[in-house]
Amino acid sequence: MSAGDILELSASAAAAAVDSGELSARELFETYRVRAAADRDAGIEGLNCFTWVADEVPAEAPPAPLHGVPIAIKDLFCVEGVPSQAGSRILEGYRPPYTASSVSRLREAGACLLAKTNQDEFAMGSSNENSAFGPVLNPWDRARVPGGSSGGSAAAVAAGLAPWALGTDTGGSIRQPAALCGIVGMKPTYGTVSRYGMIAFASSLDQAGPLTRDVSDAALMLRHMSGRDACDATSLHSASVEPPSARRLDGLRLGVPEELAGEGIEAGVLECCRSTLSLAEGLGADVAEVRLPHAPHALAAYYVLAPAEASSNLARFDGVRYGLRAEADDLLAMYTRTRHDGFGPEVKRRIMLGTYALSSGYYEAYYGRAQRVRTKIAEDFAAAFQSVDYIVSPTSPTVAFKLGERTSDPLSMYLSDYCTVPMSLAGIPAISIPCGLSDGLPVGLQLAGPALSDSRLLDAAHALEQAIEFDPRAARV
Amino acid sequence: MIERSEVLAVARLARLELSEEELEPMARELSTVLDHIATIRQLDLTGVAPTSHVVDVTGALRPDEPRPCLPREVALAQAPAVSADGFLVPSPQA
Amino acid sequence: MSENADAGAKGASDGAVPAAWEPVIGLEIHVQLATATKMFCGCELSFGERPNTHTCAVCLGLPGSLPVANARAVHFGLMIGLALGSELAPRSIFHRKNYFYPDLPKGYQISQYEEPLCRGGRLGDVRIHRVHLEEDAAKLIHVGASGRIHGSDASVVDFNRGGTPLAEIVTEPDLRSPEQCSEWLKLLRTTLRQLGVSDVNMEEGSLRCDANVSVRPAGARELGTKAELKNMNSFRYLERGIRAEIARQVEVLQRGGEVVQETLHYDPASDRLTSLRSKEEAHDYRYFPEPDLIPVAIDERMLARARAELPELPAARAERFQRQLGLSRESAQLLAFRAELGDYLEAALAAGAEPEPPPQALANWVSGELAGRLDEGADPASSRVTAAALAALVGLVSAKRVSVGAARQVLDKLVTEGGEDPAAIIEREGLAALDGGEELAAVVAAALDANADAAERVRAGNEKAIGPIIGTVMRETKGRADGGEVRRLVREQLGI
Ligand SMILES: [Mg+2]
Ligand SMILES: [Zn+2]
Repeated sequence: MSAGDILELSASAAAAAVDSGELSARELFETYRVRAAADRDAGIEGLNCFTWVADEVPAEAPPAPLHGVPIAIKDLFCVEGVPSQAGSRILEGYRPPYTASSVSRLREAGACLLAKTNQDEFAMGSSNENSAFGPVLNPWDRARVPGGSSGGSAAAVAAGLAPWALGTDTGGSIRQPAALCGIVGMKPTYGTVSRYGMIAFASSLDQAGPLTRDVSDAALMLRHMSGRDACDATSLHSASVEPPSARRLDGLRLGVPEELAGEGIEAGVLECCRSTLSLAEGLGADVAEVRLPHAPHALAAYYVLAPAEASSNLARFDGVRYGLRAEADDLLAMYTRTRHDGFGPEVKRRIMLGTYALSSGYYEAYYGRAQRVRTKIAEDFAAAFQSVDYIVSPTSPTVAFKLGERTSDPLSMYLSDYCTVPMSLAGIPAISIPCGLSDGLPVGLQLAGPALSDSRLLDAAHALEQAIEFDPRAARV
Repeated sequence: MIERSEVLAVARLARLELSEEELEPMARELSTVLDHIATIRQLDLTGVAPTSHVVDVTGALRPDEPRPCLPREVALAQAPAVSADGFLVPSPQA
Repeated sequence: MSENADAGAKGASDGAVPAAWEPVIGLEIHVQLATATKMFCGCELSFGERPNTHTCAVCLGLPGSLPVANARAVHFGLMIGLALGSELAPRSIFHRKNYFYPDLPKGYQISQYEEPLCRGGRLGDVRIHRVHLEEDAAKLIHVGASGRIHGSDASVVDFNRGGTPLAEIVTEPDLRSPEQCSEWLKLLRTTLRQLGVSDVNMEEGSLRCDANVSVRPAGARELGTKAELKNMNSFRYLERGIRAEIARQVEVLQRGGEVVQETLHYDPASDRLTSLRSKEEAHDYRYFPEPDLIPVAIDERMLARARAELPELPAARAERFQRQLGLSRESAQLLAFRAELGDYLEAALAAGAEPEPPPQALANWVSGELAGRLDEGADPASSRVTAAALAALVGLVSAKRVSVGAARQVLDKLVTEGGEDPAAIIEREGLAALDGGEELAAVVAAALDANADAAERVRAGNEKAIGPIIGTVMRETKGRADGGEVRRLVREQLGI
């Protein structure tokens, strides 16, 4: 098989090709390894997708069913002996002594670690400009951001530098970069994938998920990493994810919430989503309006809850046991300087915001209220799912924006997550699939379902994907 | 606008040094975000229970069974400063 | 004017509290639970092993690690709650208590805050406020100047202890004196030991007690400003620390001053209280529900298991000793509150000794004669004296087959040599009681001859004069004679 042919294979197809003997696992891995290493070596002249790339092909023959399909993994995941620093300077040189449960499961299923991907520091960001390793560039237009925080994972898959990648989504960090890079990205039901070994941003929202070329690959990856893990008390017993096969949407009701389809959404994005809804009707679906009255408040609630949890989760970076330590004579100076030098501006902002929101006298006004808004948002979804099967919206209000365009205004950056944050707060599964181009840049459509509907959500996304016939090739490098 | 003194107090709670140049932008950015967040303060949320967990899991307790510990040298390997016995830090009493 | 303790709290420890003032004391007790593993990870608990050999990703707070609560710690918490008559929360919640310190690897302690496992309850005269579960901090060892950190003072962190499960027991402010505090804490210790949930050793730190101390004018209902006392790691220091703090507060108040709310550290070497945080900013722990853990849901099965494992507790046992064995109140409490003595008594009663020893006599021998011959606080079960041997000996005493004096000699032998059969020792040593027969009558007659003056005075009505006569008989018989029997024979032979 030629390198060109190999790169055309989805992860599922690559595994099948190795299984049938058409392709060796070595050849598959080496083809991607060379490409990933070239991107790493090019730094900002390339896409800057990777923080680390494997330097050799795995020695042992990888097991079924994944047969050695290479996988790129967000830097946020701990892998024993492999640099894992969550895109942060404060973890410079850190090599964990253990491996994240999700990564272990994928390896046991036969996936091989190809590379660690660049990301916004501690997953805080929507443009991948907040990384100690520098920004990631969007393969569709190198002057634009890939989205974030799983920007390296999304760009690598879109550019054909990895067959698929593992990311994490706290408020949209898989779905938004997937949308901006023209690939599939899914945030599963909270608790479906173990968080053990995933460096925490906001524990009650963080969830690992796939970034893939197509919906079948997303289902395949999810199938091999989900399930209850004794090391994560919040992980769930979930039903096995089945390979999606639907081609029709007969009898399914799709709800379009007006709160996520009007003001603040780019016309080109809305247009793409509308035509996809027409396709859906052609596949037999009923499209109806639904209301999510509290969705407009989701972002505000999210920017209390996530920074609050983050301020606590990031307290462990104190220069005592691992990572960076600034020179200092006394303990207080060691703490404050280490954290000053180690964290980037966005992480500092969120630590400050979260510390403020939890501090004495403000807790009820901020954290307490945000938790109640969260309840209302979950109730909105529950009510909506009484009348529709899935909720459909744009994934991102805009297509990929220019590098530097929003870095000076945190709030405009935060608005990138306007459509994805409500699902995060409710803990429900949501998937973004590419649904077309606007000004030559990809647009993502988001489908969300009730908690634990992951498998059938993938099935519905699969049917739509088949009808859309998105052409990703313009992004390949 | 959040006060400069308040920013410094929060930074101290968070053990974060802020330089003089960082202080003003931080105060401004926090204020912008807090203004946006303030919208939830106008909502009527009386009688609404807070949500800490979106999933309903129960019985996730761990049996009291030993699991292997990290070898000492592995535990200490990543530390910026160690002594023969453990992790070295400036004394809190100093 | 407010004053903190640094202004010299030295040594005020001996004076009694003036009657115009009433101390009000509440205790906060941290108990290390005797589980096999830590509160939130699978590391085995450490007992003096080399530093940092009992750690893992979780208890080192490595990035990405997650806590999972130990089921047995919850079980022990339930047993404590049941023993104290607390209300058990069907769903209790862990919170994060955020602060920076090198012994706290995550920058927060996982503890219970708004919804503790147990609320309310009582032990003896003291009401319980709450009982909750949390994780212990690591150990910080001051190592002095170290070149590694720019020549300044350094400390070393040992994470072996970090994450050990703790039950924190908080009382209502129902205690009124230092003595009452240490008495009550001993009762709590016995109760927890009976439960088998902890080693409860103050010196080793598995039982740690802080005290909230305030003073108010006698008869007042309102509470005074309290100070929190820490580091009193023995019963003696607990009493001394509280006594010193009461004296200090009374002195401040009597001068018209005001007590400041603060945390004080007791230094036993100097008998001094020093303020720990007077210069530091007020703590703001930013508690919020721990998102990595789900609520602890207590079901019927867990409750049934905890109930089934609940042993008889000291208070109930004392009551049973009085009711069932007819022991005096003091004796019953003494044996019940020192569980090892109570256990020994019950083993002795169950030994089936012939003649059968009366329970009260046996109780006296256990808590008096036997305990007095062993090291302070020692468990008689691990001495050489078996419960059966003591039961047999006390049975012989009660049947007057051996005198009390001779029995004490037998017990001395048992303590040093052991042995199952006190009768054999009695036989071997010739210590059997002289049974009022001709042999004893002859010794008495001889004693009367030897103490003719005394005999005359007894006859004249001076009862006290009988002492030297009996003494002579006892000496002659090497204590084998029964005192009462000797007295009877003396009077008989003197014709009174
Ligand atoms: Mg405590
Ligand atoms: Zn551990």
